[in-house]
Amino acid sequence: MSIWEVIIISLIKILLIVVLMLLTVAYLVYFERKISAWIQNRKGPNRVGWHGLLQPFADVFKLLLKEDIVPEKANKALHTLAPFIALFVAFATYAVIPIGPTIELFGYKINLVVADVNIGVLYVLALTSLGVYGITFAGWSSGSKYSLLGGVRSSAQMISYEVSMGFSIAGVLLLSQSLSPTKIVEAQYGWMWNAILQPIGFITFVVSAFAETNRLPFDLPEAEPELVGGYHTEYSSFKFAGFFLAEYANMIIASMMITTLYLGGYQIPYIDKLGLNQTLTVLLQVGAFLFKTAFMLFFFMWVRWSIPRFRYDQLMNLGWKVMFPLSLLNIVWVAVLIMVFRL
Amino acid sequence: MTTKKRFKDLTFWERLYIPVIIKGLVLTLKTMFKPKVTMEYPEVKFEPPASYRGRPVLVQEKNGVERCVACGLCSRVCPALAIEVQAAETELEKERFPQKFEINMLRCIFCGFCEEVCPEEAIVMSKDYELVFQDRDSAIFGKDKLLVPVENLQDRIDFLRKFKK
Repeated sequence: MSIWEVIIISLIKILLIVVLMLLTVAYLVYFERKISAWIQNRKGPNRVGWHGLLQPFADVFKLLLKEDIVPEKANKALHTLAPFIALFVAFATYAVIPIGPTIELFGYKINLVVADVNIGVLYVLALTSLGVYGITFAGWSSGSKYSLLGGVRSSAQMISYEVSMGFSIAGVLLLSQSLSPTKIVEAQYGWMWNAILQPIGFITFVVSAFAETNRLPFDLPEAEPELVGGYHTEYSSFKFAGFFLAEYANMIIASMMITTLYLGGYQIPYIDKLGLNQTLTVLLQVGAFLFKTAFMLFFFMWVRWSIPRFRYDQLMNLGWKVMFPLSLLNIVWVAVLIMVFRL
Repeated sequence: MTTKKRFKDLTFWERLYIPVIIKGLVLTLKTMFKPKVTMEYPEVKFEPPASYRGRPVLVQEKNGVERCVACGLCSRVCPALAIEVQAAETELEKERFPQKFEINMLRCIFCGFCEEVCPEEAIVMSKDYELVFQDRDSAIFGKDKLLVPVENLQDRIDFLRKFKK
């Protein structure tokens, strides 16, 4: 492949992912509302389009038509920059997540991942840590006490939970002996899913992912009863939409990461034993990846509408006194597995 | 130092959180498949029970005359001062009738005192809850809007006879 072909193929992949992602985010908002309605015995949005399917577009247009208000006391530059940091981080992370195995298309070998970097997991961790800046800047630059409190809470929370998140990932890395997401997925062949091999690590990772994405029960940065709107209190119109988008995009990333690291990524156990042809296998595998991600997304929403919010001290207690030791315990467990079974 | 055992102390299983969380998740999952209680308002309308206090109306007898004898008790008891009655004489058996009977629906608080105090069962609370007006003037309901045939109000009148002492 010449350099131009590589560039064009990459651009096509990027375009596909971005468009798909934007659509998914739009419909995530729709499903969030629908699921919350179902859980509360309601019907949910059903007026715009068939079963309310055009609701996300109505929401987006409404947001974009609003007046963009910047508070007088705000630091204008940072106030504008913050949502873009949040968005950039949310979008850039998709690059390293493998959606499916390598396929042959028009004589080209195409990896179903935008960038198969060998430090993919580190890249994701680094970028999601940068996401804190978006929220902290938003909180600080708004010149409002509620925003500031939200921003400070968020940074404290994300830093605490990043520790246990990192240590849970260490267990995965020990087993796959690689930082590349593709390798990690390949290492989970058959039923060797990390969720089954290291359940403690799975639980700590999922809980930390909830905290990282600021979703309930850990959505303290935007706890409405206490902080009005949290870090985005002073945002409106497109900038608010940016934060909104970033939150849901982060949720998708978290689900994809959980799928990749713990649920065997695009793998379907023993599908190669069935003797299906190549194309069908790949399609099924991509389908499996999307299904697993969708299930995790549903789980995120399901939890949001079931479990009440933690108090702030409980959140910190849980992070440092429970999740952190548990993730350490998980590393020991994985080490024992490797020692005993020579995995 | 002895620590007092509190009534609310959690057991070990409760402190693990996970079983309790799963219990909660199962509950919400079950709820998702239950029939919905939403009423899709403009198409489906709520049919209130007889005890419902909607817009106060004047009872119109079958011969087209209102029951009201313009004693003014309703207007006297109204805590929001929403009712205005102007009495006049008539050749009919009841001798008095309201020449003017106005309820300001912006003031009305739907307390039902007027209905309770009425000696003639002439003003009752209807089931009408859709009250929309474009300006303040049209919020003042005169006799033309207040008179409702007695057969439409039978439900409420029966209710009152049963429970009003």
